[in-house]
Amino acid sequence: MELLERFAVGDVDAFEALFRQHQGEVFRWLMRIVRNIAVAEDLTLETFWRMHRAHARFDPSMGNCGAWLRRIATNAAIDHLRHAHREVPLPDDLPATAQQPPAEQLELRREILRAMNKLSPRLRAVVLLALVEEEPYERIAEALGISESAVKLRVFRGVRILRKTLSEAGVHP
Amino acid sequence: MKEPEIDDLKKLLKDSLPPAHGVELQRDLWPAMLQRLDQRTLRVPWWDWALLATVAAALYFFPGIIPALLYHL
Repeated sequence: MELLERFAVGDVDAFEALFRQHQGEVFRWLMRIVRNIAVAEDLTLETFWRMHRAHARFDPSMGNCGAWLRRIATNAAIDHLRHAHREVPLPDDLPATAQQPPAEQLELRREILRAMNKLSPRLRAVVLLALVEEEPYERIAEALGISESAVKLRVFRGVRILRKTLSEAGVHP
Repeated sequence: MKEPEIDDLKKLLKDSLPPAHGVELQRDLWPAMLQRLDQRTLRVPWWDWALLATVAAALYFFPGIIPALLYHL
């Protein structure tokens, strides 16, 4: 029996094999949305936990386990952003790369993170994936379960809100 | 909104928030996953307990429903 078929009937060894095969990919996808290593690790576990719970609904003939996992991971990340929305601002574990003086660069980064936090979790995920990570719209659409034109629309809405918020803070892109 | 406006913002965002696609997972998460699986399988959600308590109370206070319940099972 194929690995995916074994997973669909609840085989734990098959689940372990799929976990080891896809954990890195899921973690990298989540890092693009939450931008924090500890949170991305935790959400990787949450993604596989949700996958494990839903094994009976998985259709092995679809074959694309990676796409299914990306969709679960995106939903888990959006749930996390929704709950963290009012508590903590969007974290960022990654170093900046711009050529500006550090103080100015830090201030700009702070303003951008503040503007990002004004976006709804779904818009924020789309803006990060489309504009910062430059993921193809098709892949984002697949991960969110929406059409490519809906992704474009969300990018436009996100950009409009970001430009307005940044302009109010004196940053003019 | 025009494409150049999106490109300007994209440049600003990318300058301040570097892409995360170079960040790799530093450890194997399988041991943590196993631990979570063990914990979660033992845990019974509170609403299951509430449902059980409701059914038990209904059976205690209205024993007449037992034959009806058995009939439907």
